[in-house]
Amino acid sequence: MTTESGADSEAKQPQENKEKGKAKEAAKPENQPEELPAAAGHSTPARKEQEPQEDDQVSHQSSTSRLSRSPLKGVKKVKIMQCKVTMLDGSDFSVNVEKRVRGHVLFDKVCDHLNLLERDYFGVTYRDVENQKNWLDPNKELKKQIRTGPWNFAFNVKFYPPDPAQLTEDITRYYLCLQLRDDVVSGRLPCSFATHTVLGSYTVQSELGDYDPEELGSDYISELRFAPNQTKELEEKVMELHKTYKGMTPADAEIHFLENAKKLSMYGVDLHHAKDSEGVEIMLGVCSSGLLIYRDRLRINRFAWPKILKISYKRNNFYIKIRPGEFEQFESTIGFKLPNHRAAKRLWKVCVEHHTFFRLVSPDAPPKKFLSLGSKFRYSGRTQAQTRRASSQIHRPAPLFERSASKRYNMSRSLDGAPITESHETLMKDSAADGAAKVIAKGDVITTVTEKKAEEEKAEQDDAQMAAETPEPETPLRHDTKTDSEQTDFAFDGDMTATESEADEDSEMPTQDASPLEEMVKHQTSISELKRSFLETGDNTSGLTEWEKRLSSSPARSPRADEPPMIVPLEPQDTKDEQPAGEETKEEVEPKLSEAARYLVKYVVDSMATDLATSSGPHGLSLSTTMDDDVFMDGTLREVDEKTPDSQEELSERAELKVSPGAVRQEVSQAISDKKGTLIILKDSEDKVDTEGKAMSPVDEEEESIIPEEDEAEENEMLSASKEKETIKEDTSVEARNAEDKTQRLRIEIKTEDLTQIKGIDSPKKAMASWISEEVKTEASEVISVTNEVIEMTNGVNQEAEFFTFEEGQTEQTKSFKEVQTKKSEFFEEVQTKKSEFFEEVQTKKSEFFEEVRKEQSEFFEEVQKEQSEFFEDVQKEQSRLTQITISESSTTSLAASTLGWVPSSEKTSAEPQEEMVVATETEAAPAESTGPTSLDVVEVGTKEVPVVHTETKTITYESAEPDTNGDVDPGVLLSAQTITSETTSTTTTTHITKMVKGGISETRIEKRIVITGDSDIDHDEALAQAIKEAKEQHPDMSVTKVVVHKETEITPEEGED
Amino acid sequence: MANMCPYGRFTHAVVRGIPESFGKAGGDSRKNGETSVDLAKAQRQFGCLTGALRQKVGLQLIEIPSDPELPESWRIEDVAVIQGDTALITRPFKQQRRSEAEAVRKVVSELNLTVVEMGAEEGDSGGATLEGSDVLFTGREFFVGISSHTNHRGAEVLADTFRDFAVSTVPVCGGARLRNICSMGGPNTIIISNSDGAKKTLRMMEQLTDHHYEVLTVPEDSAANCIYIKGPSKHDFLLHRPAEECPDSASAFQKLQDYTLLPTACSEASKLGASLSSLCLLINRKHTYF
Repeated sequence: MTTESGADSEAKQPQENKEKGKAKEAAKPENQPEELPAAAGHSTPARKEQEPQEDDQVSHQSSTSRLSRSPLKGVKKVKIMQCKVTMLDGSDFSVNVEKRVRGHVLFDKVCDHLNLLERDYFGVTYRDVENQKNWLDPNKELKKQIRTGPWNFAFNVKFYPPDPAQLTEDITRYYLCLQLRDDVVSGRLPCSFATHTVLGSYTVQSELGDYDPEELGSDYISELRFAPNQTKELEEKVMELHKTYKGMTPADAEIHFLENAKKLSMYGVDLHHAKDSEGVEIMLGVCSSGLLIYRDRLRINRFAWPKILKISYKRNNFYIKIRPGEFEQFESTIGFKLPNHRAAKRLWKVCVEHHTFFRLVSPDAPPKKFLSLGSKFRYSGRTQAQTRRASSQIHRPAPLFERSASKRYNMSRSLDGAPITESHETLMKDSAADGAAKVIAKGDVITTVTEKKAEEEKAEQDDAQMAAETPEPETPLRHDTKTDSEQTDFAFDGDMTATESEADEDSEMPTQDASPLEEMVKHQTSISELKRSFLETGDNTSGLTEWEKRLSSSPARSPRADEPPMIVPLEPQDTKDEQPAGEETKEEVEPKLSEAARYLVKYVVDSMATDLATSSGPHGLSLSTTMDDDVFMDGTLREVDEKTPDSQEELSERAELKVSPGAVRQEVSQAISDKKGTLIILKDSEDKVDTEGKAMSPVDEEEESIIPEEDEAEENEMLSASKEKETIKEDTSVEARNAEDKTQRLRIEIKTEDLTQIKGIDSPKKAMASWISEEVKTEASEVISVTNEVIEMTNGVNQEAEFFTFEEGQTEQTKSFKEVQTKKSEFFEEVQTKKSEFFEEVQTKKSEFFEEVRKEQSEFFEEVQKEQSEFFEDVQKEQSRLTQITISESSTTSLAASTLGWVPSSEKTSAEPQEEMVVATETEAAPAESTGPTSLDVVEVGTKEVPVVHTETKTITYESAEPDTNGDVDPGVLLSAQTITSETTSTTTTTHITKMVKGGISETRIEKRIVITGDSDIDHDEALAQAIKEAKEQHPDMSVTKVVVHKETEITPEEGED
Repeated sequence: MANMCPYGRFTHAVVRGIPESFGKAGGDSRKNGETSVDLAKAQRQFGCLTGALRQKVGLQLIEIPSDPELPESWRIEDVAVIQGDTALITRPFKQQRRSEAEAVRKVVSELNLTVVEMGAEEGDSGGATLEGSDVLFTGREFFVGISSHTNHRGAEVLADTFRDFAVSTVPVCGGARLRNICSMGGPNTIIISNSDGAKKTLRMMEQLTDHHYEVLTVPEDSAANCIYIKGPSKHDFLLHRPAEECPDSASAFQKLQDYTLLPTACSEASKLGASLSSLCLLINRKHTYF
């Protein structure tokens, strides 16, 4: 079985620096492949095989080289990343790839290197921030998957063939054996003593050949590893058996090995920690036949794929919907709690992939883009059936390959055995220890922050330079993005998804290893053929972008399979890099539009007009009605639950939206309307789902049929990631980058977080504060990792995160900001209308979701407190200078006004806004001038220990004299509810419309929440007044009964210490 | 797997004689005190069983002398779970039964089995209890019935001991012990009682397994416990309760093609809640690796 043997299994394996050294040397060509220094480096000693643990040497080296690189040189450079892939035999394979390249490129390179044709059983893994093993998505760009940390990968078996004898080639079986040997030795694949003996004896036979005491000596066996804790007795038994195998070929020995290994109950089971609905620690095992549930070592349940109707995840919950049994009438849904959102998603993905690979004949048709919700993630590679068919066509002569000697353990026996066992025990039995280990790792991440900064900064600087010098390109980024989504949607075979980026890879195919490949080409299904045809598509594409052209024309890109790939010449790559950079400039404009201080204005307008709800929404996105109904009825908690994915999704949509206008102005309107269309349709189907499966609503929202679940976040991630890069570059200020570095070093991995970064950095003022906080909130629910929490906490409640992400850039940006501002505002006009329609939805979710998350946050806060304060101390030193300025500028104010009542007192309403305005001015002035904690109700949620910046929150409520006649005595019956969001430059208006029947009278109550975001440049009062006025105009027949002005301001630590 | 040969290959059987104190252990499954058990009859039936095992099936029989101090020691199945070359000495629920293990431990060690102690695993504080009659080994996997005698912790120890195999826990609804309601009737066949509880257990087993088993349903609970052995000559033997004890089930066994059916009476032990398989431990000393 394989497991997400996270930090716990990183037992001590002191001898790995050797390899690393090697890898590094190989990696040092003049092109200086970039290697992101990993954050967790020093702390986590790792297991030999595949830990992304970085090696200090490497990162130091690369950092030095980066530092010494002159900016000019950087301009001419394309990002070549050096990937270190830990192979199954424990060796490291260094390969250079372009940074933007997709996962399959790396995978193919590795397979080519291994001369492996039956590659569908394999995959490439990387470790994420939490040191969890993730499968590299072949269809996603590498850099979007490797967020931070070194580009370290491991080549692994992804799908363990249930019957290895059916594999066509010995070489495939050999690699499977290597994987299993490691699984056994590491304890992931538990076996009995007898089995260790048998497997060990075949290992020896295959690796050393016949037993020969003269040649091998008597102790030869001690150098090999067969079991987690190897005893002399075991070795003796192994030797005994080994003696009986005389004449057995290595390939036969491997077949025997596999025949035994495949029968082990944990063979090919991918274990994930989880808790059941009652909070009991369990393990979920994904395997070829279905999903297994373990408690301790015991199997307590099992769901074969045919029994599972649907798999989904939401936040950190993972759900399976079970086909009703013989005697049951209804399908049931079973939920499990995963440690965090990422774990849930990882599990979900693994399930999707296993189901598709083992259960289906061909991959699921990917979801139609506009009609499905959630993630577009599907397994797009070949299924087992397909790969078997394909490999039956392999007719190359059995390739000669070298069975590399496995690691020898001359002295380290006890060292090796024991820790590994430990980790195994930990995995199965006490996950508490596991968790502890992770936390530690995180702590380290945080502490290493400062060190890396300098380098990164440099790098970013270079980037900026590049960006500055680049001409404005056509639309490369946009193009890219588009392909991405198309690809996920329509690609049927991971190996052959046609994107331009792959043309590059493919072009080398025909040239390599002529003889075997020629053979293969004859067969339709053979791998090279697929690639070739794929290449052709690339060539035929009518509208070649710069990127494509470069790729197809790029010379010198035909490394032989077994050679380390060459580094691409600088020139063409440059072009490519420039394009996105230039694009960013435009993109950047967009976010700026939304800057402004932040106000929350809540209105509640009551009226008898029941019909108003749908028809009179400010922008009438009536589609959302049903959905919101559900939400409302479900009550708050549920609401939050439901909202999370929604807002996530919308976030991603929004991200798209933002990207597109940035990319091509002319296309903006087109793009936007497209997006809008998407959104609407999405909403629609969501509605349906919701109503249909009300009880199971959490599940429904995410997906519809068995595998089809979506992770919105993913898309979001891609988009945001590219955007992030770009925005950063555009920002010429070093400090901004600085800030980003920090956040990066915090290892924020969630996509939404990236969004946050972008905004924070690229436009402290430009970015809408509310958005930032919203995104952070989303994260909050998604990610429970400590680092994230740090950000959430600060960001969410007090918006300190905002502070630390962008404060540094603040000063420098002011200048450039002015310039851009003009551009921005022009541009904004065009986009405004469409955008606002679109954003309405987003906004709603956000605000509802808001409150709940805060609670969560404060819970998290306690845990994170320590790290947080550490971190802040660091940050503060560097930033304290800038702090003051930042704060005064980016003071965030939010006002909430809500109205209640029955009297149509238009005077009242008009009066109130005015009052509000006064308030607004006040509050605004306060932070700017005094920055002291002078305001009325300082709401500091658990931030006491954080010595940095706090947000002040003031809430002022104006209520009309009329009491709520119907009162809250009669809760009434909710008829419908609706939420609408609209937006202008500095305000975002969220409208809740609820229709109630109270005591025979139907009442429509409209609650408006207007968020005004930005700095002091903007006249908040006016904005507020305007918003209120608009609201009144929209609902002429209603009265304003309550206005709550809620203001949030940041205050500096110095002055604002509690 | 080294140990994973089809179910049913055994070379040895270990039994323990019926003591004078037969039926005199307080409590257990008897309703009130002394159910009328016929010691002589029980001993006769025991003799028939061992005779069948030795002479008909051809196993090497090891008989541990009875011990009057241990009135339940004849239920030897409970004190050890043996698979391949590993014997797990269990920790029976009843304190007074734990000393029964001593003699068994000695025998299995002499047979060169690797002895794993359940008590040693965690000391007595672990609270693990397990009895062999709650364990069904199918050749591919273990099912452990969680019953009044066997708890989750005990099942864990078993899982830890036999790591090659999936160990699934199932509720025991239909009887006091898992093996009371089901047993193996062939390499790939489970014989199970037709009672509602047993059906429930069977459903759970079907849900939990990766394999497909044939199921032979018998109308009487007591008929569901049989002893299946593939003899040295690859012949299938099935020891089952005779028609006079289980009249309704006799025909069911006829469905087993080419089996040598060995009706073996067990009425007296049965009165004490035991069954055919309770009386012997089956061991395979001929491992085949491949």
